[in-house]
Amino acid sequence: MDLLRIATAGSVDDGKSTLIGRLLFDSKAIFADQLDSVEKTSLERGSEYTDLALLTDGLRAEREQGITIDVAYRYFATPNRKFIVADTPGHIQYTRNMVTGASTSDLSIILVDARKGLVEQSRRHAFLVSLLKVPHLVVAVNKMDLVDWSQEVFDEIRREFTDYAARLNIADVQVIPVSALTGDNVVTRSQNMPWYQGASLMHHLENVQIASDSNMVDVRFPVQYVIRPHSNDYHDYRGYAGQVASGVMKAGDKVVVLPSGLPATIKEVSTADGPVDVAYPPMSVTVRLDDDVDISRGDMIVRPNNQPKVAQNFEAMICWMSDKPMKPGQKLAIKHTTKTARALVKELRYGLNINTLHRNEEANHLDLNEIGRVSLRTTKPLLADEYQKNRTTGGFILIDEITNNTVAAGMIIEAE
Amino acid sequence: MKLKNAAATGMRYQLDQLSALEAESIFIIREVVAELERPGLLFSGGKDSAVLLHLAAKAFAPAAIPFPVVHIDTGHNFQEVLDFRDAEVSRRGVRLIVGSVQEAIDAGDVVEERNGSRNRIQTPVLLDTIEKHELNALMGGARRDEEKARAKERVFSFRDDFGQWDPKNQRPELWGLYNSRLNHGESIRVFPLSNWTELDIWHYIERENVILPSIYYAHEREVFERSGMLFGVHPFCTPRDDEMVRTQMVRYRTVGDASLTAAVASTATTTAQIVEEVATTRITERGATRGDDQVSEAAMEDRKKEGYF
Repeated sequence: MDLLRIATAGSVDDGKSTLIGRLLFDSKAIFADQLDSVEKTSLERGSEYTDLALLTDGLRAEREQGITIDVAYRYFATPNRKFIVADTPGHIQYTRNMVTGASTSDLSIILVDARKGLVEQSRRHAFLVSLLKVPHLVVAVNKMDLVDWSQEVFDEIRREFTDYAARLNIADVQVIPVSALTGDNVVTRSQNMPWYQGASLMHHLENVQIASDSNMVDVRFPVQYVIRPHSNDYHDYRGYAGQVASGVMKAGDKVVVLPSGLPATIKEVSTADGPVDVAYPPMSVTVRLDDDVDISRGDMIVRPNNQPKVAQNFEAMICWMSDKPMKPGQKLAIKHTTKTARALVKELRYGLNINTLHRNEEANHLDLNEIGRVSLRTTKPLLADEYQKNRTTGGFILIDEITNNTVAAGMIIEAE
Repeated sequence: MKLKNAAATGMRYQLDQLSALEAESIFIIREVVAELERPGLLFSGGKDSAVLLHLAAKAFAPAAIPFPVVHIDTGHNFQEVLDFRDAEVSRRGVRLIVGSVQEAIDAGDVVEERNGSRNRIQTPVLLDTIEKHELNALMGGARRDEEKARAKERVFSFRDDFGQWDPKNQRPELWGLYNSRLNHGESIRVFPLSNWTELDIWHYIERENVILPSIYYAHEREVFERSGMLFGVHPFCTPRDDEMVRTQMVRYRTVGDASLTAAVASTATTTAQIVEEVATTRITERGATRGDDQVSEAAMEDRKKEGYF
């Protein structure tokens, strides 16, 4: 059984909570007492049907306002796959939550209301999927019951979306007509839309190929922690603990430790259960080297002929996540893999209108939820790749050193 | 489900989901130790904290677990759980810190609720214990699938001076880049098992042979029915005159305050049988066994805002 991480996004009323409720309900991830509680609340509110959206509207404030206010995580499983859903709200002020949900996901579901067609938010979500390099995208055209299951309506939305997505960088797009309310094409194929020959949403989620999404080529092992048992049995033991970011590692491999550039050979790759033949993402392992090189947290083990940039100057896209605007000249903390440094925002190259993809080169600041391209200089060298090549060694966060809040997500375009 | 790695999915370099969850949790635990000076692990003796302790041991092997475990002792314990706690602490060679609710009651710092529940008053005892031992990060076994409010909580969850959680003011968590920076007076609760479900926990217990307190397995016990739930006869939980006591096979699905935690009828005496039972059950573990979460629909949200774990 493997694991698929999904991020969902949609506008306030396009039925996202109902769709997720439907997936949970139809995959039997809903327990009888949860359903009782939802049925009771639906009845109290005078709903004519069981409001499956209530299953996912977690916090009291949300239930009162009938909207989702933060990223919520849901879990369900079928015999072949476990699913983690990062359910993110679609209102305009919450781009930061969508970016958060998308950053770890394998697949994103964008909901479109069939009656309204593509709206600004659908385009924004598609852009974020592309920016965050989510490998798979599903556009669920919802509320097909309210447009008489019309193929014309669906085809028009699909055509419009495909045109827009051509300007983006999304590897795999599926467009599926559904009704979350009635369940058509959610788990089982719809009887109401015989013109649709494709898979149901659940069938697609269960079968989408994700094995080839991970980068198995570029070995990147950011050292997280050095294990040194202070015991007689393990007197000279030094193990470099971390999670494989990309690539495949094994004993006998010639490696280089960055930033020092010292060469070594892997003596053993192990977990607590003993040595492993190979380590690959996202395994958490401990690596031992034949040489006693001085390695600490923030260093990276790589292959001699395939190295990331050791760089202090970066071009990056950032999504600003703080109420206080970002201005060039600002100094922030930067966390990148297991390394933390300080960073100076040298220049704001442009602000990006994510609805039109227009670049505003006159922009002199970024407000909350705005995206722009910046150039950064860091106090220490980072071991980085382009985000489009490596989501782990290409992503970073910026932290306000006074409030300690995470104020930006960053994706490296160029490092030098 | 016994297979340990890639072979389970038939893909060459594809981790099965249980191994992927394990890898994520170990990464999180190591991150806490690498970035925070004085962490601890909240250990109730329940199955989730047992799994968490098991993962902590794996994260630092062959070195010892580099932090203490903290038990907030309500005084309303199952003896089997206390025995398990002490055995685990000695087996793992970790330091045990106990925060005692009974001592806080005796000192007049907190007052029991009228129904005898000590769930709410655990919170001030927890906060005092954190302060006394200067712990700035506590790892806990909470899972997001347990309850609606938990589903919205970050892996690194900040508490202000009063230990309070502000759901509308959480730091965004991107990729695996956890921001552990603390403001003065703040502490962090970290939930390495956030993405595990109850069934994952049981599959993992089976795969790894994680030892649990005996009350998780079906055994004969004197029980009585109250509010549709089965309560074991216990010094802190005695039947009223109209409540009939009978002996039957039961097990506990969660371990909490002995006065409030109900048992479920079960004949599952092995982990494999429990996995099967959990896979087919139609009632959530809290719904089935926790009198304390049934007070209102938003009970957990309210308690978390007050600093409950």
